[in-house]
Amino acid sequence: MNVRELFKFTGGVKPASHKAESNQAAIAVAPLSPVLTVPLRQNAGLASRPLVQAGDKVLKGQIIAGPGGSISVAIHAPTSGTVRGIETHPIPHPSGLLSPCVVIEADGEDRWIEHSAVDPYSLPVDELRMRLRDAGVVGLGGAAFPSFVKTQHSPTQDIETLILNGAECEPFITCDDLLMRTKPDEILDGAAILAHIAGAKRIVVGIEDNKPEAVSAMSTAAAKRSGLPIEVIAVPTRYPAGGEKQLIRVLTGIEIPFGKLGPDYGVQCFNVGTACATARALLSGEPMISRLVTVTGNVERPGNFEVRIGTPISDLLKLAEPKADTDRTLMGGPMMGFALPTLDAPLVKATNCILAGSKAMFPPPGPEMPCIRCGSCARACPMDLQPFEMFWFSRAKILGKAQEYHLFDCIECGCCTYVCPSRIPLVDYFRFAKSEIRAREKENEAADAARLRYEFRLEREEREKQEKAAKLAAKAAETKAKLAAAGDADEKKALIAAAMARTQEPKAEEKPSAE
Amino acid sequence: MAIGSVLLGGALGYASVKFRVEGDPLVEKIDAILPQTQCGQCGFPGCKPYAEAIAKGEADINCCPPGGEEGIRKLADLLGREFKPLSGEHGIEKPKSTAVIDENVCIGCTLCIQACPVDAIVGAAKQMHTVIASQCTGCELCLAPCPVNCIAMVPIPETIDNWKWKYPVFAVRKAA
Repeated sequence: MNVRELFKFTGGVKPASHKAESNQAAIAVAPLSPVLTVPLRQNAGLASRPLVQAGDKVLKGQIIAGPGGSISVAIHAPTSGTVRGIETHPIPHPSGLLSPCVVIEADGEDRWIEHSAVDPYSLPVDELRMRLRDAGVVGLGGAAFPSFVKTQHSPTQDIETLILNGAECEPFITCDDLLMRTKPDEILDGAAILAHIAGAKRIVVGIEDNKPEAVSAMSTAAAKRSGLPIEVIAVPTRYPAGGEKQLIRVLTGIEIPFGKLGPDYGVQCFNVGTACATARALLSGEPMISRLVTVTGNVERPGNFEVRIGTPISDLLKLAEPKADTDRTLMGGPMMGFALPTLDAPLVKATNCILAGSKAMFPPPGPEMPCIRCGSCARACPMDLQPFEMFWFSRAKILGKAQEYHLFDCIECGCCTYVCPSRIPLVDYFRFAKSEIRAREKENEAADAARLRYEFRLEREEREKQEKAAKLAAKAAETKAKLAAAGDADEKKALIAAAMARTQEPKAEEKPSAE
Repeated sequence: MAIGSVLLGGALGYASVKFRVEGDPLVEKIDAILPQTQCGQCGFPGCKPYAEAIAKGEADINCCPPGGEEGIRKLADLLGREFKPLSGEHGIEKPKSTAVIDENVCIGCTLCIQACPVDAIVGAAKQMHTVIASQCTGCELCLAPCPVNCIAMVPIPETIDNWKWKYPVFAVRKAA
């Protein structure tokens, strides 16, 4: 039994958890869809660069896109088949915009490419990181940040503690819960590898105490292991306990200020699913081509499914049999998820939950009322912000002021919107203000670059003018000298005649003509 | 008293030399607000000259179509002047665009290269030209010199990368 002091984060809310609907059934494997659409933009950072073209035969697990930059990972064929092409297709994004995807027609054989396990403890750490990148491992908690980047050694601060995030605080979602119940050993294998790469000396697993089965499964598995000390800790259920900064604070007491990250304080956080994927990538050589997804909400048969990346969300939703009055589908949970503009979009690495909703389940919010400055949002904010102030300035589009109130510290958890008695969609305002500020920063950068280029051009034109003038002056001086040296009239005449003859010659192009 | 005034005078004199401000800081501030398209729609040969004219009080603040309403608001804030709508004689605010050369029609005359204020067009005489889209400011100065009309202004499409969350007020009323 672990007895240890836990810390608290301020704020937070306790929405109805709705976990019981989907955590009863065992994990089901979703059938293979005939056409898989794999977006090139799946991870945070840069999109991947396609390496296949229409007509190519690919095998399951074959790399179809390579990393497109330093914060980017490889993408793999989720099954064997033929590449139909690289097409623009809707991807799961609140905008509903199209983005390039590799479309693969499955051949039904589902044949693996040759792959093999490695012994992670015999390879150099940087080699392991590159293997994680080439296996397409990204954070499965929702942000899909490339994991190999997170394991990079900082020159100034060693990683002391590796935190495994199994809090899963968002209502309705149970995929991490089921994973911890069924594959605790694999998760801890992966965590040990991640700790080895990051150089961590201990592993702490944080799980919300509304998942007792997961806590006991993980504890049992941890007790069997030798090596790094592993602690499995049940943290109080309170949304958003699974936020990175919140979980770090609860488990270690470290409060991470704005602009800093866990590694600056010797802590690095990974989702349990990411640890499991790491183990799979290194211990069996299988890249990230599928993930566990919760399908729940207004459906007849909620549950968790092992689904290939690229499976159309409509196919996945059908497996859970949505009820007739379903009028919206969310990706993610009710607090932080967004409504999918189209069900044609494929499943991506960041999809942890597909939540069907209806009017009865999520009644439309009443009309937005004026802010009465009650301060409920400030009390609920887990980042110690003052949402009402940020709202005020975001609404008035005084973006600089909103930023002064630390808008960019907001994690968009939705606690303020949840408690607001005036039903103000605060997070929507913050998202608007953030993206507007980012766009303006980009514009300013572009303007600065344009100014530099313009000034450089003016400088160059000036220099060219001076060079030309200097050349002409030199030539004039030369002619003058020649004339002076020539002395007698005949030679002068000859020179003038020669010059006249030159002007008679067909003019060479000195200026590019229009035709 | 007299010694004090001499000392202080000396100190002030020294400070005025030592901490001399190069250039006009107001012009710099105005220039930072202007969009740097260098398009000349304001009637001045570039953003900096327009900024200088505003600082001297020779030009109004509403002559910059690419800066648009927001630019005018920022200038009004900076200078403590009243906001006024964009003056129609200098043009209208258009969606952000970049120039695109129809490479099949281009004859390689280099006139557009000479017109581009930010050197965003590459090419050589009798060779095809093309616009470096990321550096094009959308000033439209290359359109007029082109003898074969092969340059078009294409609005920048909305993509996942430049998509922005919308202002929520109206969306909320609709969702109810």
